[in-house]
Amino acid sequence: MKRFLNPKGAIGFALVALMFATAILAPLLIPAEWATRMDIRARLSGPSAHHWLGADQLGRDLLYRVMLGAQTSLKIAGAAVLLSVLLGLPLGVISGFYRGRVDNVLMRLVDTLLSFPVLLLALTISAMLGPSLPNTIIAIGVAFAPFLARIVRGEALRVTQMPYVEAARSAGANDWRLIVRHVLPNIMPPIIVQATISLAFAILAEAGLSFLGLGTQPPDSSWGLMIQASRDYLDVAPWTALVPGGAVALTVLGLNMFGDILRDVFDPRSN
Amino acid sequence: MLRTESGPSPETLVSVENLRVEFDTDGGTVVGVDGVSFSIKQGETVCVVGESGSGKSVTSLSVMRLVEFGGGRIVDGRMKLARPGGEALDLAHADPELMRSIRGVEMGMIFQEPMTALNPVFTIERQLTDGLRVHKGLRQREARARALALLKSVRIPEPERRLAQYPHELSGGMRQRIVIAMAMACEPRLLIADEPTTALDVTIQAEILALIDRLKRENRMAVLFITHDMAVVAQMADRVVVMYRGKIVEEGPVAQIFENPRHDYTKMLLAAVPKLGEMRGTSAPEPMRTLDAKPRPSPSMAPAASMSAKPEVLLDVKNLTTRFPVKGGVLRRTVANVHAVEDVSFSINVGETLSLVGESGCGKSTCGRSILRLVEPQDGEVWLNGWEVRKLAPLELRRARREMQMIFQDPFASLNPYRRLRDQVAEPLVNFGLASRSEIEDRVAQLFDRVELPRSFLRRYPHELSGGQRQRVAIARAIAPNPKLVVADEAVSALDVSVQAQVLNLLMELQADLGLSFLFISHDMAVVERISHQVGVMYLGRIVELGPRSAVFEDPRHPYTKSLMAAVPIADPRHRRIHENASTKPLSSPIFPIGRQAERSTYDEVTPGHFVLRRN
Repeated sequence: MKRFLNPKGAIGFALVALMFATAILAPLLIPAEWATRMDIRARLSGPSAHHWLGADQLGRDLLYRVMLGAQTSLKIAGAAVLLSVLLGLPLGVISGFYRGRVDNVLMRLVDTLLSFPVLLLALTISAMLGPSLPNTIIAIGVAFAPFLARIVRGEALRVTQMPYVEAARSAGANDWRLIVRHVLPNIMPPIIVQATISLAFAILAEAGLSFLGLGTQPPDSSWGLMIQASRDYLDVAPWTALVPGGAVALTVLGLNMFGDILRDVFDPRSN
Repeated sequence: MLRTESGPSPETLVSVENLRVEFDTDGGTVVGVDGVSFSIKQGETVCVVGESGSGKSVTSLSVMRLVEFGGGRIVDGRMKLARPGGEALDLAHADPELMRSIRGVEMGMIFQEPMTALNPVFTIERQLTDGLRVHKGLRQREARARALALLKSVRIPEPERRLAQYPHELSGGMRQRIVIAMAMACEPRLLIADEPTTALDVTIQAEILALIDRLKRENRMAVLFITHDMAVVAQMADRVVVMYRGKIVEEGPVAQIFENPRHDYTKMLLAAVPKLGEMRGTSAPEPMRTLDAKPRPSPSMAPAASMSAKPEVLLDVKNLTTRFPVKGGVLRRTVANVHAVEDVSFSINVGETLSLVGESGCGKSTCGRSILRLVEPQDGEVWLNGWEVRKLAPLELRRARREMQMIFQDPFASLNPYRRLRDQVAEPLVNFGLASRSEIEDRVAQLFDRVELPRSFLRRYPHELSGGQRQRVAIARAIAPNPKLVVADEAVSALDVSVQAQVLNLLMELQADLGLSFLFISHDMAVVERISHQVGVMYLGRIVELGPRSAVFEDPRHPYTKSLMAAVPIADPRHRRIHENASTKPLSSPIFPIGRQAERSTYDEVTPGHFVLRRN
């Protein structure tokens, strides 16, 4: 617990708490039409007393939009990364632990998926399933899974060859126990780091899908959608990109710091 | 006698005075060495000896001023180096640019690990000539000629061919010769050698030690030799500096240190070193000497098999053969086989220790793992207590492993860093269903008592323990399921000599109390001589000599056993036997094409129970 009290842990924890509080509370406290109400005179206006963070090309308040968009973005990104871990972790661990033919078959599959650009893969899946929130999550989650599987496999390969795994094997542990008790805890640190980084990319991937009409559907707002919409106005109203971009950056920063601390908390060596 | 007023006396090359080095860590400032003073004369070898963490490497790195690159700071003291011109330079305060021109020119350094001290992507020529071109401004052709001369001076066979080769094409011993050649390139007046032979096999160690000694004599070079091995000290040193926890505890001429040590730590260090040949005339193993405060009852060891009434065989290995495929080509097909273990047979009696000795790559570890089926052998029979281990189905094998446990070499890697020690020792009890949940707690606590670890360690994690303590945990885990056989694979090689003695004594006590049989795998002849009933000497996958310990050590018959014995350094400065053996014969390789039928191992029984491999 001491770990959370150092500056890095405190800032990371505060940022993550702020983002999740916003995502949960904003839709309850802010009426939905505030984010869609168009103030024509304030189109592309900068931060002011009336619109604290400025307004977009339709005169919609950016602060309300970014707060209401938090839930969509975090929900999709969080669920997608979770899905990619659920798919990639077993795949990678089995590959790295059993090696040989199993590894060959699984990794060729993973390599095939890796050879497609992530967005193209997500796009294909999304187009096949149809545009909806769960389908967006599935599309991004599946598209991200091969990356995680690759990292997990490498780590599992390394850890499986450690003498403590061999020692546990000679102490009678079966494969399941070896994987769960000995391999998994030792490969968690890089997985935590990769998962937090993936969250940022998932937010952006959601943006890409939304832009192509396969992700979040207007008038709902999401950070990705906002970044995409700001594209044409970067020179006249850069804040339209900076506000949602800043929200993404702060979330990722917070998650990264939080992830580091989380990793240390699980590591008995750092206590 | 005339002496200059300031600075070191004329022949003194380096004098370190009151050196203090600190390291800044997350947990605060750590003192690496404190108040270290010593000097090195021209043509003199000063050995700095101590156990891990004693500050001996920090000292040598400070003289090179390389310690800064590892996060250290020289906060106090002076290190005077006599320059070629005669003036004295304080290395502790010399500016980095000047140090760069001194390193490699006036001082050369040899590192411990010849595998990593050379850059794998450059040829030997490039690595050797780099320093010459930078420091001496030689042109390519001159540098090449000098590199060739250097290779000849370190006696590398076929020097012309070596220049074009890459490090991975050379053996460990040859690589260390290259490293020495690099250190010698600019004819330094001080050579710093940091554990230069620790990673090498004993026969190669003997050659490298002889090489360093010859270069020192020929060039009147000063040598600062860092080691943990008292036997190497006895062979190499003119003077000895003993370090303990960052301080010098004793310093003196080598004969004085060995024959009349004053400090208790030096005495303990010397007592803990087993000397090859000191077991002559005894038949049973004897506990290691330690200078423990409390006198412990010496375990009564069972005498060797030939003496006892009726030896009962526990493990019988017949014609064991293990091969590993060498993959090659685009399709990763098997192109050849490594014959790691080739037609090996031996047996171990109940309550006895059989040691397999040999150099790296001889197949001794693979042999141990093949018996436990941690690797699958291709051929042969392994009988344990009436079962054929090789015929067991997976589930039966898991149960059979209860009878045979293993202790691994590296106590830092053989414990899972994420699990409490209690859970790790409980692992076999849980897996084999040997105790109920409530009993486990008690059993584990008893096991901790048995290996002399405090019960307060039960809830700790591995990183909180020292190497010796961890190895005790590993031993507790191995004996938890009451096995009959314990395979100890280099179980004490990673430990400091004083800790090594304690752990070996613990193993011998456990053997006497529990009637355990040990298969002890080691490269250390002196340790093996002390603890074994039977000894098997392995070379290229085969046992070349097998028999009662006294027979193999007192009457070695196979030429390989003889050369192995001759290469072991003796911890006695009056018996120096380092001499360069010019015939560096290339080690034959155990890699054979697929389908090769290896000939059977046939043995001559020279005396009852003493077998020697027949040579073709």
